[in-house]
Amino acid sequence: MSSQLFEYEFDEEALGFGKPEPQVTLAKPTGLTRLFQGITLLGSILLLAQIAGSAFTGTWIGFLIGPGLLTLGSALYFWSSMKDRPPGINHDGIRYNGWLARGGGGYLLALLLTGLYVLIYWFPQYLGHSAEGNPTGLVRVVQAPALLLTGGPAGRWFLYGVLYSFVMLAMGVRMWMKYRHNRYEKLRTLSVLFFQFVFAWTLPNLLVKWGQPYMELNGVWPLKQDYLWPTKVSELWNGDASLGPVMIVWAGLIALVGTPVLTYFYGKRWYCSWVCGCGGLAETLGDPWRQLSDKSERALKIEHITIYSVLGIVLLVTGVLWVDHLAGGIFPENFGGALKHYYGFAIGSVFSGVVGVGFYPILGSRVWCRFGCPQAAILGILQRFFSRFRITTNGGQCISCGNCSTYCEMGIDVRAYAQKGENIVRASCVGCGVCAAACPRGVLKLENGSTHLERL
Amino acid sequence: MDIVIIGNGITGITAALRLRQKQPDWNIAVISGESTFHYSRPALMYIFMGHETYQETKPYPDSFWAEQRIELLRDWVTGIDTEAASIELKNSGTRRYDKLLIATGSKPNMFGWPGQELAGVQGFYGLQDLALLYENVKTTRDAVIVGGGLIGLELGEMLHSVGVHVTFLIREANYWSNVLPLEESKMVVRALERGGFKAIYSTSLQEIVDDGNGRCCAVLTDKGERIETQFVGLTAGVSPRIELFEETPIETGRGVLVDSSLRTNVHNVFAAGDCAEHKRPGQPRNLLEQVWYTGKYQGEVAADVMAGEEHSYQPGIWHNSAKFLELEYQTYGRVNMGDSGTSDLYWEHPDGERSIRIVHKGGRVVGFNLMGIRFRHKVCEAWLKDERKLEDVLNDLHAAAFDPEFFPDYVAALKAQSIRAYVK
Ligand SMILES: Cc1cc2nc3c(=O)[nH]c(=O)nc-3n(C[C@H](O)[C@H](O)[C@H](O)COP(=O)(O)OP(=O)(O)OC[C@H]3O[C@@H](n4cnc5c(N)ncnc54)[C@H](O)[C@@H]3O)c2cc1C
Ligand code: SF4
Repeated sequence: MSSQLFEYEFDEEALGFGKPEPQVTLAKPTGLTRLFQGITLLGSILLLAQIAGSAFTGTWIGFLIGPGLLTLGSALYFWSSMKDRPPGINHDGIRYNGWLARGGGGYLLALLLTGLYVLIYWFPQYLGHSAEGNPTGLVRVVQAPALLLTGGPAGRWFLYGVLYSFVMLAMGVRMWMKYRHNRYEKLRTLSVLFFQFVFAWTLPNLLVKWGQPYMELNGVWPLKQDYLWPTKVSELWNGDASLGPVMIVWAGLIALVGTPVLTYFYGKRWYCSWVCGCGGLAETLGDPWRQLSDKSERALKIEHITIYSVLGIVLLVTGVLWVDHLAGGIFPENFGGALKHYYGFAIGSVFSGVVGVGFYPILGSRVWCRFGCPQAAILGILQRFFSRFRITTNGGQCISCGNCSTYCEMGIDVRAYAQKGENIVRASCVGCGVCAAACPRGVLKLENGSTHLERL
Repeated sequence: MDIVIIGNGITGITAALRLRQKQPDWNIAVISGESTFHYSRPALMYIFMGHETYQETKPYPDSFWAEQRIELLRDWVTGIDTEAASIELKNSGTRRYDKLLIATGSKPNMFGWPGQELAGVQGFYGLQDLALLYENVKTTRDAVIVGGGLIGLELGEMLHSVGVHVTFLIREANYWSNVLPLEESKMVVRALERGGFKAIYSTSLQEIVDDGNGRCCAVLTDKGERIETQFVGLTAGVSPRIELFEETPIETGRGVLVDSSLRTNVHNVFAAGDCAEHKRPGQPRNLLEQVWYTGKYQGEVAADVMAGEEHSYQPGIWHNSAKFLELEYQTYGRVNMGDSGTSDLYWEHPDGERSIRIVHKGGRVVGFNLMGIRFRHKVCEAWLKDERKLEDVLNDLHAAAFDPEFFPDYVAALKAQSIRAYVK
């Protein structure tokens, strides 16, 4: 047997070590799990039926038996399929599962997700969006909550809000179950769900209903680029809406005061993985694909170029718009409008939506946050140079296993620091805490130190 | 100057990188039979379980080695001629060296069990074993794993994760009880039960039964029990891999014998890591250290000495960590090492899944053992080095806490209990 060591030759690079194939019949899902799968399926069928058109479409009953059952069924499915395992991260099988490791299933999902974004942004009529306020199809399915929340008919953006929030809810249950041994992760799950449901979805819609301007209260310029653009500012400041000035003060305060202060004390995570809507979606819907983030040096170079370019562009656009607004007449007519349009198209829709979310199953969950988001860029610069936050490494306990790097959604090679016993102070780290949770040797700890000086 | 390093494990690789820093112009070649590139051996299990790809277990990108001007050669060394200062390779002839570092690591122990050569029986140490496991598992429904140590548990966990029914044969009365104190050992025993593993304690392997076609079909235990199985994992510890040196002038005992500068008895030949046996004049036993961090540290010392500096290897405060299924384990200093005159302060959570043990001797702290709780290495090490008083350690204990934010304050629970126990 020991001679095998010498004789057994193979090419470990080519071999690939895929899925083991033992002679076993895998345990069947429990009755409960199958029940919830059934409910999910039923919800999907009832949803499809309503899209095709039915008497229920647009009613509360329709909403509850379609999207409602679908969300409930899948949330309960995640609960029941994970509850019998002892708490603790379980990454079994991920790297050879085609749905999660860029196999056919992954590409199929990416196609569906990008397709959905393309429809919402540019072909909303196929979803049943109607400019006249008489929606059909999928948009009509969410008519009842729209009437309740906004006081008006459902449109594509209301649909988007519902999809976003309910997907986050179901996948949030998955996140909770997956990380339920870890309080940091549980609290974070509650936090992102709270900010999505209250700050990003219900409140903005209610504001509209109450005759106030629409505003996502957890959105910050420059992620929500227009929140500090002259049009929005003057509309809010000078408009009829009584809450307008308050909103401007709020937007200005979190962008200009909250951001540096909170980032100083807690790192950029206070926003990116506790409050932000994009971050919330990445942590819930995107979590199954977090390991796909590219850890190569090349990716890091691209990241530096793209994220700071977007930041430069948004600063420039904002500056130009203000100059145009205040000085007037320097730029040709419609220049400002065109600028806003192209920024919104290229960065807002294509980058943050179609690529950012649509490509979760191909590029990992934080493509937009890592390569594009100008807010993340600002928070990152603050975090790198002026924050108490860092990840400390536990002396000599690291065994270089690579779990931390593999499951870093931001593509940080955490292991490169940990194996040298160095603290991790990186602009891009969103403080999701998964490296520390996944580390089998207890090496990593997210910490707010007592000053920003002794971090490295 | 031509440096040849045998073995691209953590020891050989650490030495190569350090030598490159110290000697920018020397030629450095790392020759290893197992793989072209260095990968993390403790991560082997994660490949099989689908947590990581093989690529992801490599601590450095493939392009890194050329940048460092470190030559990597995938070949087996089959002989050493210390007179001619050359090595013989299985596929690529012979090769001269000026200085040689032996970092050949370990191999699984085989105690000459009847049937250990049968198909379906294997140890678990390297990529070759992993590839073999992929083959063996194809005909496996039930597995027996012999040996209650860390590697055995990892192998069991791997097989269990793909649905194989695993039975451990453990010689001791409790899991890894030669290392873990009884309470912690029982905690692992409970974790195994909860995880759906079967473990038979106080039982040894007698024989592996041939199915008539040269493949294993059952094992017989010393209790006369017969267990049907299609796979037998032999994980009863490891020993230094030294066959290569047996007919050379290089002195060996249990491992390759070295002094505190990691020099062997042969000029310009050094040894470090798992394969090295450290001579300790005046002490009853030589030292074998077969863990990751000692390999790393020894690799550094060997590189310094090879580069011409004086550096003597001083084993520091012992530490280690592991994970038994979901249960994390960390240890610092001297716990359960047979020292006399020690007493323990032990706190266990009511859920029975986490504990803190502080070992002290004459009022001074000598060791920490943690289950399900993380402590800070630097703090523990500093305390153990100064032989800090138990009282002071208890007072400052929060400085050692390393659990993630928002975790319950277990340290406070230990303190509350110890006040009850110690302040009368
Ligand atoms: C499954 C497993 C899990 C482990 N987990 C942990 C852990 O969690 N924590 C911990 O501290 N330790 C752990 N260890 C132990 C740790 O991996 C070893 O202590 C460490 O790898 C030793 O490093 P090394 O460089 O000395 O030897 P090795 O890593 O064994 O490297 C030696 C290399 O030399 C090569 N070699 C040997 N002979 C020849 C030859 N004749 N010609 C060419 N090449 C040759 C071998 O192929 C091998 O690649 C684990 C070990 C195993 C097997
Ligand atoms: S997961 Fe932990 S042990 Fe593994 S490389 Fe990262 S820090 Fe090191």
